[in-house]
Amino acid sequence: MKLTGAQAVWESLVREGVDTAFGISGGAVIHLYHALPDYPIHHVLMRHEQGAAHAADGYARATGKVGVCVATSGPGATNLVTGLANAQMDSSPVVAITGQVATSVIGTDAFQEVDIVGITQPITKHNYLVTDVADLAEVMKEAFYIARTGRPGPVLVDIAKDVQAAEFDFAYPDNVNLPGYFLPREDLSEPLARVAQMLAEAERPLIIAGHGVVLANAEDHLLELVEKANVPVITTLLGISTMPETHRLCLGMAGMHGEAYTNLALSEADLIISLGSRFDDRLTGKLDQFGNGARIVHVDIDPAEVDKNVTVDAAVIGDLQEVLPALTPLVEQREREAWLERIQEWRHDSATRDIVGHETDELVPQYVVRQIWEATRGEVIMVSDVGQNQMWEAQYFTHHRRRGLLSSGGLGTMGFALPAAIGAQMGRPDEQVWVTVGDGGFQMNIQELATVAQERLPIKIAVLNNGYLGMVRQWQQLFFEGRYSGTPLLGPDFAKVAEAYGIPGFTIREKGEVVSAIEQARSIDGPVLIDFVVEQEENVYPMVAPGAGVRDMIRRPHRAAD
Amino acid sequence: MEKHTLIALMEDKPGVLNRVSNLFRRRNYNIRSLSVGHSETQDISRMTVVVDGDNRVVEQVVKQLSKLINVTDVLDVTDKPAVIRELALVKVKAGAGKRSEIIELAQVFRGRIVDVGPDSMTVEITGAEDRVNSLVSLLRPYGIEELARTGRVAMVRSGNGSNGTYD
Repeated sequence: MKLTGAQAVWESLVREGVDTAFGISGGAVIHLYHALPDYPIHHVLMRHEQGAAHAADGYARATGKVGVCVATSGPGATNLVTGLANAQMDSSPVVAITGQVATSVIGTDAFQEVDIVGITQPITKHNYLVTDVADLAEVMKEAFYIARTGRPGPVLVDIAKDVQAAEFDFAYPDNVNLPGYFLPREDLSEPLARVAQMLAEAERPLIIAGHGVVLANAEDHLLELVEKANVPVITTLLGISTMPETHRLCLGMAGMHGEAYTNLALSEADLIISLGSRFDDRLTGKLDQFGNGARIVHVDIDPAEVDKNVTVDAAVIGDLQEVLPALTPLVEQREREAWLERIQEWRHDSATRDIVGHETDELVPQYVVRQIWEATRGEVIMVSDVGQNQMWEAQYFTHHRRRGLLSSGGLGTMGFALPAAIGAQMGRPDEQVWVTVGDGGFQMNIQELATVAQERLPIKIAVLNNGYLGMVRQWQQLFFEGRYSGTPLLGPDFAKVAEAYGIPGFTIREKGEVVSAIEQARSIDGPVLIDFVVEQEENVYPMVAPGAGVRDMIRRPHRAAD
Repeated sequence: MEKHTLIALMEDKPGVLNRVSNLFRRRNYNIRSLSVGHSETQDISRMTVVVDGDNRVVEQVVKQLSKLINVTDVLDVTDKPAVIRELALVKVKAGAGKRSEIIELAQVFRGRIVDVGPDSMTVEITGAEDRVNSLVSLLRPYGIEELARTGRVAMVRSGNGSNGTYD
């Protein structure tokens, strides 16, 4: 079939099952956009390419499919960088398509030329520059294959403008030929028998469930394993929603802002089995105090994660979709009453000391998050931004649904939530999508309100507005002599900004108005923004101070009202 | 810090060397030497790279290199019996009175004189790094005008794993 390069790109996307793409046009992708109307792909016009990358990422996280974003050369391409780095850190399958200047002028500093392949090498799983249209179909096939298989990640395809215009005989390959790309194919029987043995010997085992469980769609298998073996589970931030937080064996998120009992469990365990997590410093705290006295097992699809941060006693390299069903039959059914009771005691102790954070008449952000949960009973997709709002969301929203929380974990990208929610809502149109975002992060991609309005996406946006870059302010308060340098933040009237985009906006200053505002937002058939003007100097507790071990937590101070 | 010798095979495509060197820089691995050329297979390049680091670091280097899609194979040959060679070209000051001394030195190290000019001569030496180092330091007092070293190339010995030398 004779196609232009531009047509071949869309044709390839269609064959990969793509029906939605997020992007912005420009000179070097004008051929691409010229061909677009002939293909059954809904293009969401974003207002900044960073938003396009985050939207593709959010789409991927919400659906499990590959998210696609498009940008022109030069500034369009460089604007993708943060979003690609974000997808790379969180192993999110994204294919980014960028236009490049014509082959004849590559390397001459032509107008809007930038070496995006060079720039994005360390922040993509792989990338390509296509200068010959004959390579295009093969490259597209490989890009999708690499993005979605193994440990997923972003792949960028940079296509010269003349390649987009050139005609050629298009044939989409059935297979890829990637001699240097390895998916784990080891025989797992020996390592799995060893893990089962370790589990049988353990008195106080604990599972860490990470993002890998989500990426492998292995939530069912996880549940089967932990229920059979009676092993309590803590999650990473991105592992939230791998297991219902209402489950008796799910302790919730551990680490820097985990509840005290999760970190106590972590430090008292005699066997720690990590499933699809990479022992990030936000989870482990001080490394030389992590897992002391415990045997550690690392199950991951990426061999390079093993022994990177934590030296382990056993490793299983494989896809959790295969590993877990193979492991469960090998483990014995156990009661583990003593261990579970002990955790329950810590949990009870924490419940009175730590969980309660909002017995006050002031409007505190934790209360807002909790009320969103109360109103929705968790039957929504939450998209949190980065910083205090993200931690409060993780702590006060009880997640029980798969892929029910999307958040920027590894890179910690402020500004992620709104565009990611656009992607999530496009991918899951029947779900109610809520955004929790601080006033700082919201102003980083506030322009995407226009996209929300243009696509008429019924996203509910809860701005937790405390007038600070709050997490940094908290650190300054606790560790930097209370010197609030560069953190007080003037924001606009967010409700008016929303109104200007044609989105209903409310401002809430009183605790008593929160519930009705949330109900009202839910009843409106379309997007809504609620600006919650909250207590300015509320902190996220408990907290493991940077560089401290997970045992040494700063607990929540008691409120007068307690 | 230990020195490790790695052999990596990679697709001979534009930008692949950049991917490898980028990885070393980004992960904060220190390269002592790096040498690339064709391998026995068409379109596959072979790189020998010497890196600093303990076993744990080098294990990470190997794993991260293996993750590069264009890299098809990585082998740490540090503890394997291997032939390890380096080539150096040394242009050394050599007035008429010094030439025979330099030629003798070169012969001791089984080096060759590959160029002679009015005031200088160029010595080529191939061998293990130590041998190259020795000759270079002996030539230094004459005045080295230019020095070009290839860095290590390595090949695992076949057969019984004997570590004997044949040179």
